[in-house]
Amino acid sequence: MNVTTLKPRQVPAPQTAAQVLPLPVVARPRLRLAALGRFVAERVAPPVVVLIVVLLIWQLSFSGGTSGLPAPTDVWDQSRDLIVDPFFVYGSQDIGLGWRVLTSLERVAYGFGLAAIVGVLVGAVLGQSALMMRGFDPIFQVLRTVPPLAWLPISLAAFMDSRPSAIFVIFITAIWPIIINTAAGVRAIPQDYRNVAAVLRLNQIEFFWKIMVPSAAPYIFSGLRIGVGLSWLAIVAAEMLTGGVGIGFFIWDAWNSSRLTDIIVALVYIGLTGFILDRLVGWIGRVVSRGTAE
Amino acid sequence: MDQSYLKIDRVCKSFSKGAKVTEVLSDVRLTIDKGEFVSIIGHSGCGKSTLLNLIAGLTEVTTGAIMLEGREVNAPGPDRAVVFQNHSLLPWLSVYDNVKLAVTKVFGATKTKPERHDWIMQNLDLVQMTHAADKRPGEISGGMRQRVGIARALAMEPKILLLDEPFGALDALTRAHLQDAVMEIHARLKNTMIMITHDVDEAVLLADRIVMMTNGPAARIGEVLPVAIPRPRDRIQLASHPDYVRAREAVLRFLYERHRFVEAAE
Repeated sequence: MNVTTLKPRQVPAPQTAAQVLPLPVVARPRLRLAALGRFVAERVAPPVVVLIVVLLIWQLSFSGGTSGLPAPTDVWDQSRDLIVDPFFVYGSQDIGLGWRVLTSLERVAYGFGLAAIVGVLVGAVLGQSALMMRGFDPIFQVLRTVPPLAWLPISLAAFMDSRPSAIFVIFITAIWPIIINTAAGVRAIPQDYRNVAAVLRLNQIEFFWKIMVPSAAPYIFSGLRIGVGLSWLAIVAAEMLTGGVGIGFFIWDAWNSSRLTDIIVALVYIGLTGFILDRLVGWIGRVVSRGTAE
Repeated sequence: MDQSYLKIDRVCKSFSKGAKVTEVLSDVRLTIDKGEFVSIIGHSGCGKSTLLNLIAGLTEVTTGAIMLEGREVNAPGPDRAVVFQNHSLLPWLSVYDNVKLAVTKVFGATKTKPERHDWIMQNLDLVQMTHAADKRPGEISGGMRQRVGIARALAMEPKILLLDEPFGALDALTRAHLQDAVMEIHARLKNTMIMITHDVDEAVLLADRIVMMTNGPAARIGEVLPVAIPRPRDRIQLASHPDYVRAREAVLRFLYERHRFVEAAE
């Protein structure tokens, strides 16, 4: 809505400009350049400058043989292949970090996908019933504070295998914010919408899809966004313990063979992937719940 | 066998909050004929919206009964469509889809898809909103939203159309337009309508009978005034029509002399 109201403002300028003499013709590209310049100065320049300053301080602090940690130039020297090509395959355990991230993402997809489905359904039921909410909420509030890794031993004992255990850890970590936010969103459905549903005699399933999901979408997606962030935290930690091909295990493996520079590259991969996941869910949420608020 | 179309029989409604019981409506009796337009007027807080919700089935009666065509009303349904005070359109659906939701639910089994489409467009046309079919409620004016709300209610082909202060939030000019639209629809479709209002002119202009409610708590029907002005009614000619002036005066007398709103008078 905001975007559409802003856009038309630029339209009248060229129309009036076309009838006037050369002046506006010069003014238009200049304006566009100025806008681009302003965008770069306001949005792109600050993070780039900060990044350069941070790298510089890092370089100055850790260069020289005495320090235990590698400087940025060391990282580039020793782990260039990991940075330059994320998707190389040299052997079954010697693969690019892109592949490792994808393996971890696959586990996240299973665990988080399951958490999303179960979480939204459970949240919907709880949001509909004040009694159920009162019964379950304290338990959820306690369980959601349990750190992801604390679930791992139980999970390993239950599944006897590392792959389903890792997926379960993601599931159990991500599900709480999804349940809690969905329940809050369902409770916030305006009485008007419920009345409409009552007059139309919508059944439970119709009510869920036609009223509840669209109305609670902003809440559901803020839960999903928190959940996906937690999933990513959990999988990296879980893989360090369970092993396999994921990015978390890669860090543990690199630590055991003293490849510190590889760890730093992996950290950047993890950070960027987490950032992209967060933005992706946020973007889907905006698209899906567009128009939910008037 | 009772002949009346809608019969509100000795209805009481009380809400209990903990140990405290508040009686909102007390012994409300009213019968409404098919095709009749009834306005219910009263000061705010007198329980007129509660009465409408009872007829709609959105709340349950405490004692007494509401009968529609001889059958008791105890749950909401599309045979008693409601036009809500604040339009209650679903903001994520387009105007067309808002009406479609109702039409699919009510006529999903009896009408084919093209028939349903025609029916949706026919109802949007009735309120002159076909031009905005693809717009979302957030993109149209308050008056237009209320028109769509009416179209959605009409599209359910209800036995009774319940209007809950539908024009309360609109400016005077828009309100006049919508009142004319409602009169036209009533003339054309001859459907039974019950409208809650706190606007005396609106009540007299639209109604065949005006039901005046006393102040709450335990509000009851104070008086029922038949409005014998022939239709079609024209608001300009009506302004000096003796029957109109008399009816208007009677309602005003009821509201401001015999049943002054206590809070407002203080």
